[in-house]
Amino acid sequence: MIPVLGHIAANKRRTFFLFFLFALLFGAVGYFFGLYIGEAVVGLVLAGLIFLILILISYYAGQGVVTAMAGAHPADRNREPYLYNIVEALSIAAGRPVPRIYIIETGVPNAFAAGRNPKHAVIGVTRGLLNRLNRLELEGVIAHEMAHINNYDVLLATVAIVMAGTVVFLSDAVRRILWFGGGRRGSRRDGGGQAQLIALIILIILAILAPLFAQLLKFAISRQREFLADATAAEFTGYPEGLATALEKITQSQLPNSPIDNKALQGLYIVNPALGARGAERVTTLFSTHPSTAERVKRLREM
Amino acid sequence: MEKFILPGILIFIAAFIVYTYNRLVGLRNMADTAWANIDTLLQKRFDLVPNLVNTVKGYMEHEREVMENITRARTAWLNAQTIQESAGADQAAAGALKTLFAVAENYPQLKANENFLLLQEELTGLENKLAYSRQRYNRTVMVFNMVIQRVPTNLIARLFRFVHYQYFAVESDQARQVPGIDLQGGERR
Repeated sequence: MIPVLGHIAANKRRTFFLFFLFALLFGAVGYFFGLYIGEAVVGLVLAGLIFLILILISYYAGQGVVTAMAGAHPADRNREPYLYNIVEALSIAAGRPVPRIYIIETGVPNAFAAGRNPKHAVIGVTRGLLNRLNRLELEGVIAHEMAHINNYDVLLATVAIVMAGTVVFLSDAVRRILWFGGGRRGSRRDGGGQAQLIALIILIILAILAPLFAQLLKFAISRQREFLADATAAEFTGYPEGLATALEKITQSQLPNSPIDNKALQGLYIVNPALGARGAERVTTLFSTHPSTAERVKRLREM
Repeated sequence: MEKFILPGILIFIAAFIVYTYNRLVGLRNMADTAWANIDTLLQKRFDLVPNLVNTVKGYMEHEREVMENITRARTAWLNAQTIQESAGADQAAAGALKTLFAVAENYPQLKANENFLLLQEELTGLENKLAYSRQRYNRTVMVFNMVIQRVPTNLIARLFRFVHYQYFAVESDQARQVPGIDLQGGERR
């Protein structure tokens, strides 16, 4: 239990670090944007406001943003007693409250968890997962997601997704403003060259930073935590084989261009949906979000 | 300087007692909560029994024995005084239900009954939840029992009369002999 407690503390620390990094980024962008419009303070205040709103959104509404991005809808207790029974059973095993349950209507099997703490968490599964796995396999998958919730992996992942998504969106917006403003600037003679230079700097910074944060996002959802969640799941169910065969089935069933293959959310799923496009079980690279399924299954079977 | 030594020691001892006492209360509450959890689930399961008997009655005329076993387990649970008796009734019911669902495979009409399928899912779900809450309860009890036996906590435990908890397990041989105890949703180690 002690390594898990250390892991939880580390996740909370990393989340603060992430907030800090994004604060720096927003400060820098706000400052340059302020310089560009002639009043640095205005830019800073603007960035501060946006950042504050963003913190509140990513922390308090993060799971809503994620479920909306994933195209999931809430599951009905009366229509899905099977799914509810399994999630409730695993919350007992984890000693955590029952998370809210969402379903994505697609035949590709996969599952994710999001939220800021075990009291405010969601578990999402696809229709394909419910149809293709048997009870013991589904228990394994849900146990893996409960482990992510239990270990506070969801906090870091959810915050990272909302923040990085906003950076990509904002950099796009700023680029458009510069484009529009740049045309207008041409008619003014004074300071045009300097402003143009600053605009260029901002553009360069954003062009570099936006993809960088996408990378950061991928590293935040590290491979080690998947192993830990697999191990915790096996401890919850007392039956590692269920999760092992589930992982094999899910990996084999990922399709190219599947509706759940969203770049921002890839790292959140139990098996990376992008596997479908690359062909299952290709070599894991340094930048992959998940360890290879073969390695995970091997470790589960050795337990 | 010397006049501070005795009060210092007394304060240290008092702090230790308070800390240990609170820790023991916390652990005991965890065990009580885990037990309440099992009890609620057992209640839910035995509440479904009359419903199940009524649904199945018309189809399974020849399987009276199975139905009687389930009803008997329910009565045993209602009369249970100790944790052991509860555990015995729980195991008997689990075994009888497992037999019933196995036998139900031979009755295609029953398998087509919407109500029966729903009850089967609910009961299987409850069986799983029970398996996890038994495991949780036994783990909490193990920790609690271990802590109150250790030195020097055992002194505080004895002082405030913390007694060890019983595991949720069957001890009498009679209850062990119920057939089909090894159910799929049970402890799978």
